[in-house]
Amino acid sequence: MISILRSIWLVFLHALHRRVTVQYPEQAIRRPPRFRGRIILSRDPDGGERCVACYLCAAACPVDCIALQAAQDEHGRRYPAFFRINFSRCIFCGFCEDACPTYAIQLTPDFEMSEARRQEMVYEKEDLTISGPGKYPGYNFYRVAGLAIAGKGKGQAENEQPPSDPKTLLP
Amino acid sequence: METVFYISAAIAVLSTLMVVTRRNAVHALLYLIVSLLAVAVILFVLGGPMVAVLEVIVYAGAIMVLFVFVIIVLNIGHEAVRQERQWLRPGNWIGPALLTGVLAAELVYILAGRAAGVASGEQVSPAALGASLFGPYVLGVEMASLLLLAALVGAYHLGRRTTTRQEQGSDGIDKR
Amino acid sequence: MSPTAVYLVTIFGLLIAVFTLSAGLIWYERRLLALFQDRYGPNRVGPFGLLQSVADIVKIFFKEDWVPPFADKPVFVIAPAVIIVATLMSFGVVAFAPGVMVSDLNVGLLFFLAMSSMGAYGVALAGWSSNNKYSLLGGLRAAAQVISYEVFMGLSLMGVVMMAGSFNLVRIVQAQERMWFFLPQLVGMAVFMVAGFAETFRIPFDLPEAENELVAGFHTEYSGMKFAFFFLGEYIGISLVSAMLVILFFGGWLGPVLPPLAWFFIKTFIFISFFILVRGSLPRPRFDQLMAYGWKVMLPLSLANLVVTAGILLWRRS
Repeated sequence: MISILRSIWLVFLHALHRRVTVQYPEQAIRRPPRFRGRIILSRDPDGGERCVACYLCAAACPVDCIALQAAQDEHGRRYPAFFRINFSRCIFCGFCEDACPTYAIQLTPDFEMSEARRQEMVYEKEDLTISGPGKYPGYNFYRVAGLAIAGKGKGQAENEQPPSDPKTLLP
Repeated sequence: METVFYISAAIAVLSTLMVVTRRNAVHALLYLIVSLLAVAVILFVLGGPMVAVLEVIVYAGAIMVLFVFVIIVLNIGHEAVRQERQWLRPGNWIGPALLTGVLAAELVYILAGRAAGVASGEQVSPAALGASLFGPYVLGVEMASLLLLAALVGAYHLGRRTTTRQEQGSDGIDKR
Repeated sequence: MSPTAVYLVTIFGLLIAVFTLSAGLIWYERRLLALFQDRYGPNRVGPFGLLQSVADIVKIFFKEDWVPPFADKPVFVIAPAVIIVATLMSFGVVAFAPGVMVSDLNVGLLFFLAMSSMGAYGVALAGWSSNNKYSLLGGLRAAAQVISYEVFMGLSLMGVVMMAGSFNLVRIVQAQERMWFFLPQLVGMAVFMVAGFAETFRIPFDLPEAENELVAGFHTEYSGMKFAFFFLGEYIGISLVSAMLVILFFGGWLGPVLPPLAWFFIKTFIFISFFILVRGSLPRPRFDQLMAYGWKVMLPLSLANLVVTAGILLWRRS
């Protein structure tokens, strides 16, 4: 009897508590910086594409929602001829971001991407590519990686050591 | 007031007829409830609101709910409807109906000879009803209560559990 | 205006008020439950979500009104109407304020009891006519529960009747001018409240519809407007029991400063809110617990209350 009255009283006290509901469309939802939302393709600080079309993201994707085609420009640099993510299949696991060697593919905290037609959930390269470097400002893959490109030999970038010769045993 | 009386009297007679002729037990019960309600209205018109309301509480509200309860538990299906149809053949009911008809005719003959005393309009208050129940009619009330007590004890005896005490303890009934 | 016109205006005003209030109670209950559960509840349709009930009613109007082929059609159709009619009839004797009532019946209290016991038919017959095992169980539970609880619902009120010396609701309110009856009749009030929960099938005692064991109990097969009738009937029942609590134990329209009608509605709303609070806080007992509680606790309690009240009244008179 007392316990029944006590539980009624305790529930009544909840009328004075703060409400936990977030009034979503009017009130912004706080998302942590590592929230896994809409996927983007980022660019170098110079403005060039970061993606080198290595297919690692497509291989890592557990639901096979990433499709791309590698191509090479006149300097021998690889880039994706097309890059397509089917967001109606994507599960936002973030494996592609982990797999990417050049920080090109990144997950952002944006999640408001509902569409009326399912076809519109397929994002092409123009939809995915953003103008900036995303979460890693100042990082430029070709400036730190041991590859020869136009205007830079192997091991000539800053913070980069000359490549070791695999054919010799000397250090 | 008199028209109300005649209308509800007609409803009572009609619905009672329907009670007898329905094949589905629940439908018959529903007509019986309507009949009881009509009788309650008659009592109300005749100046006994207390009796009318008590009729609704006790008969229509409690006893008939029990009837409905029992019929639901009995789970009467199409089989019973078929059986009922057999029972309602003219050969079965024409004899009793004729005899009842004679009785009804006698009743009408006796009542027709007297002055109509319908709808006095005088209301019997609950206090007057109580005073007469516990005054001149106290013996009848006590006898009725004794009878009901006997019925209660009898029902308890018949419905007593035959399980042992141990089983009763483990069946999860509230042990407060 | 002629007396007949006044009478008709009262009746229709009451009908409209009861129906709109009951529909509004759906919104009110959802908002209040949300408040107790640290949520917001419906707040999108109109200001504060007030038009939620209107939206619900529009939706339910356009739903298919389906009668299952295996149901007993006439009874299936009558059952929801019985509930609404029985509860609305009781409002006929409710004394809102001096002069504001449909019928000043001198056995008003008994009339209320009679009509509340008629409400059981709606539920029991709905359960039976649906021809569905879960509905049937719900109907059975409803019948057993109503019979058991209406016994001491009546008995618990007899203390009030003895103190007021009348079954007339206006007289009962007038007798409370010096002291509201909930003080001397605390036990009676508690018993009546519990019985009121059981008679309206509200949540601690909503075993007839027990959604986690019986799908939806007696209204499993109902849809559209018929379902809305059951829903509305429940809320009309809540308002009715709250109004009766106010009249019988909390002085009806009596109160300082404000007009009588305002007092009546304020008090009634407090009890409606209490009903909702209890819904938000108590779990449902097992059916045998419900029966044991009724017959072994509530009935002796109300009988003891009756005897003690009668004894004190006789002692004070002599």
